[in-house]
Formats: sequence, structure tokens, C-alpha cells
Amino acid sequence: MSDTAIKPRIEKVPFKDQFFQKLPVLLVPFLAVAGLAAIGNPASWLTLTVAGLAMGMMIFIMASGLTVVFGLMDVINFGHGAFVAVGAFVGFTVLAWLAGWTASPSVMLNLAAVLIAILAAMLVTGLLGYAFERVIVMPVYGEHLKQILVTMGGLIVAQQMIYVVWGPDELHISRPEAFQGSLVIGEAAIEKYRLVAVVIGLALFIGMRHILKKTKVGLLVRAGVENGEMVEALGYRIRRLFLIVFMTGSALAGLGGVMWGLYQETITAHMGSEIMVLVFIVVIIGGLGSVEGCFIGALLVGLLANYTAFLAPKVALISTIALMVVILMWRPQGLYPVVKAK
Amino acid sequence: MAQTLLSLSGVHTHIGPYHILQGVDLVVPEGGVTVLLGRNGAGKTTTLRTIMGLWTASQGEIRFQDRAITKLDTPEISRRGIAFVPEDMGIFTDLSVAENMSLAAANGPIDAKRLGWIKELFPPIGTFWNSSAGTLSGGQKQMLSVARAIIEPRRLILIDEPTKGLAPAIIKAMTDALRELKATDTTIFLVEQNFAMASNVGDTVAVMDDGRIIHSGSMRELVDDAALQEKLMGLSLEAHQ
Repeated sequence: MSDTAIKPRIEKVPFKDQFFQKLPVLLVPFLAVAGLAAIGNPASWLTLTVAGLAMGMMIFIMASGLTVVFGLMDVINFGHGAFVAVGAFVGFTVLAWLAGWTASPSVMLNLAAVLIAILAAMLVTGLLGYAFERVIVMPVYGEHLKQILVTMGGLIVAQQMIYVVWGPDELHISRPEAFQGSLVIGEAAIEKYRLVAVVIGLALFIGMRHILKKTKVGLLVRAGVENGEMVEALGYRIRRLFLIVFMTGSALAGLGGVMWGLYQETITAHMGSEIMVLVFIVVIIGGLGSVEGCFIGALLVGLLANYTAFLAPKVALISTIALMVVILMWRPQGLYPVVKAK
Repeated sequence: MAQTLLSLSGVHTHIGPYHILQGVDLVVPEGGVTVLLGRNGAGKTTTLRTIMGLWTASQGEIRFQDRAITKLDTPEISRRGIAFVPEDMGIFTDLSVAENMSLAAANGPIDAKRLGWIKELFPPIGTFWNSSAGTLSGGQKQMLSVARAIIEPRRLILIDEPTKGLAPAIIKAMTDALRELKATDTTIFLVEQNFAMASNVGDTVAVMDDGRIIHSGSMRELVDDAALQEKLMGLSLEAHQ
């Protein structure tokens, strides 16, 4: 082919297009600045911003699995909330067993108790995800209506199982000693637990990004989101990848359940289905299948919910839905639409 | 007479309510380029996808290297040494060129020498190595698609209309690349509507219509026989040029 006159060119993407692509990232600082302008008092703003980021991070933890499952497997899992609730209840049980550690003034023992609770919740929900995928989801691949029906059914079954094992009443979880109370910075009081949630959410996002961008499994997931058939034609078993992703997504929902339970300090069998409204809003805002979009969407929802709850509590009831409407009017496929070749 | 690498015997494929392949009998000999010709909707793409296991044959048998592959799943068929370049190229546009190539090397790291050869064959692969595959032009994407298929040694490459919608210069480049590829140990089974290009690279030919093979033989014979071309495809090479 050496005699063929093909001269490859590299055309730089115009600055305007680059800026437009990156624009959604700027929405979070923009919203934060707008919040400061509207609230006025920097101390209140800082408290609300940390609360919003913490809420956003926890929603991101729960939503990240759902968005990847949708993107890769084209599965709408209405049963995702079951993993959130089961995770919270397993975490509660472990923390109850380790009550001596959580009540101890030792930060290390507190952290160890929470870590064990999280690992147990992730293990149980990961295994539950395995059963859910094999029994409920696998027979309905490619059939969205059936997926909605059977995964809703799975959610109801899981809620009833929680009633059987833990009873119908709501349960109260106390945060470990080290996570109780607030840090006072100037005039702002910031709950310690919210800082923990921000750190865990951020670490998870960075970890997920690293896995998706730098590892072969991540490459396969990204490629599979776009064109699963071609991934198979290259010699990879995508069904195995589906299962791994589904179990991981379920385990992340379990982690989110423990964290949300500790945040609310109350858990119920219905907590998963209640939080799923916010989770779906975040996944839709972000662009179905996009982890980055999900992260930004979650932070926007968290911040907006907290700002509006402070400024106009009645508006807070519709603020997240309004945010979704506005973003979908701007970008109908979400902040970072995922290109699908199917 | 070259040995048979791939054979289809009485293959039927249904897609939903449609009966697309209606008893395909086809032999792809080892080495060289076998071209599958036919009008739109004749079942050419379905034939390739059925070989690849992307659609399941409802009847008949597909044998590769004298072993039945009819019931195998797509990843297993790929691992047996068959690569597939689909009509839509199947490029992962969210991934870089390097990442596309790295995924295609399913059995381990990319062989540097082979990659060097591919970059000579398709210069844009080297030039745009770290660029997003989504930013490539149509011709460059097609080159990447073929490059991906040959990043590891394969016994057989199925290529579905590699010149579709491409500029003449790119078609010539692709033709040259297929010729060079043909000189290696790789067998190519090419679906093509561009008869000029097909006749340029093809050694053997099969013509398909209404889900069946209606002619098979050497490409030379078809090129030299305008009446046969007219009869099979309603055109002649002279009229096409």
C-alpha cells in the first residue's frame, strides 16, 4: 500500500466544541457558586454544600452500578433498590454484633466495625446479585417490558424476605462514636459522617474511573456498552462480563445501602425503593450508561436538594425533577450520552 | 486443488419470522480470497453472521478446519481462528485506536513486529494511535476494523463490504492491503458489491440470490464471461467500469 497516496491528517477539535463537551463538569461549581449567591451566609453555604456533596456521593454509589448495568447489559433493573435495602440490613446486623466496637472511643475499632459491615453487606448483595441475574434477569435479556415487570417482582420478593428475616418495623442504627458529631470550621458545622461519605464516594469514583480507563476489564466494559456483539466477535464471553458487572453493581448498591442507612440512622425494607426515585433521576441526568455523567448528576442532585431545602422547602419537593427536565431539554440523552452501536 | 477451510452445507437461518438463508451450500478453500457476490438482501451478510455464530443456523452444518462449528458460540468461533469485520465496522468509538487494537489482541499483548507491519499496511493506524476512534474518518475506521481483525494471526477473515461508501483512493488502498494480506497465510472470505474491486482481489467466487448460492467457481471464469455476469447479477464488468 506504500504507493497509495493516503496522507493522514490530525484535525484539532475546535475550542468551542471542546468547551461544549466539557461543559457539564462546570455545572457543579456553577451550582455551588449560585448557591453561595442565593444563600448569602458562607457558613450556612459550607454546611449545605458538604451535606449536598455527601448526599450526592451516596446516591452516586448506589446509582453507579445501575448505570453500568444498563449501559453494558441494556437491562433496566427496577430491583436495584432491593440491594440497597438488603445491604443496609446486613450492615445493621453486623454493626449490632460489633456494638462493643462501635461504642468504643477508639477510632480504629469504629472504622474496623464499619469496614466489616460494608464488606459483609457487599458480599451478601454481590451474591444476591448473582442469584438475581441468573434467575430473574438472564431469561429476559433484550426484553425491556419483561425486565421491568420481573425486576419489580424481584424487588417485592426481596422486601418481603427482609420482613421475614428482620421483621416489618423500621430499625435504628447508631453511627459509631467517631462518626458522630460535627467539626466546626469558623461558623460552619460540618457533620463528620458527611465528610466520610464524601471521601468514600470520591475514592469510589476515582477507582471506577481507573478501572474503566486503565484495565482490560474496564476496556471490555466500555467496549461492551457500545457494541457487545463485536466484543464477542473478538473472542470475549460477554455473558461472563455481564455477570461480573451485575454482581459488582449489586455490591455497590449494598455499600450505598449501609452508608445511606448510617446517614439516615433509620432503615426500612422500603428504603431501597424510596431512594430509587433519586437514583433513576441521577442515571437519566447523567446519560444512561455513563459513570462520569452519573457522578456529576448525583452531585447536582445532592447540592440542589440541600440548597432548595434551605431556601424554599416547598420547591425542594420538585427541585430534582425540575433539574432533570431542564437537563433533558438541554441534552435529551443526558449529560454524557453513551454511544451505542446496537 | 486447495483444501477446504470452511464449508456450509444446507444452512438455513431464520431471523424472527423471516427465512433468510434457505439452504446455503458453500466452500471456502484454504488460502486466497473467496468473494461472495449478490444483490442487496440476497443473504450475504446473514451468511457471514451465521458463520460467526451471531445468528444461529436453524438447519444445516458449518465446518471449519474439518470440525463442526454450527453450535459453537461466537467467542469460541473467534478463538478457533476466525476474525470478523462487520459491515458497520464495529469500531468502539469511545475507545482510542490503541485500545481498539489492544482488545482485538485477545490472546495476549500486541506483537510489536506484527503491529509494525499493520502500521505500514494502514498508515493512519500509527498516526492516530492515541486518538479516539470516534474521530476517525469512514475510511480510517474501515482500516482500523481490518487492522483489528489481523492483529493476531488468523486462519480466516470474514469481511463484509469493506469498500462501502468509501472514496476511490481509499478503495484502492483497501484493495492493495487485501492483496498484501492474501500473500500471507490468511484466507479471506469477502462479501462485496463492488464487482470491480471483487474481481481485482478474488480468486474464487460464489454468487448468492434469495438465500441460496446460485453459482460458484473461479473469479477468472466469471470475469471473462460477460454473459455469465449478466445472467447472475444483471451486469457485466465492462458495463460497470
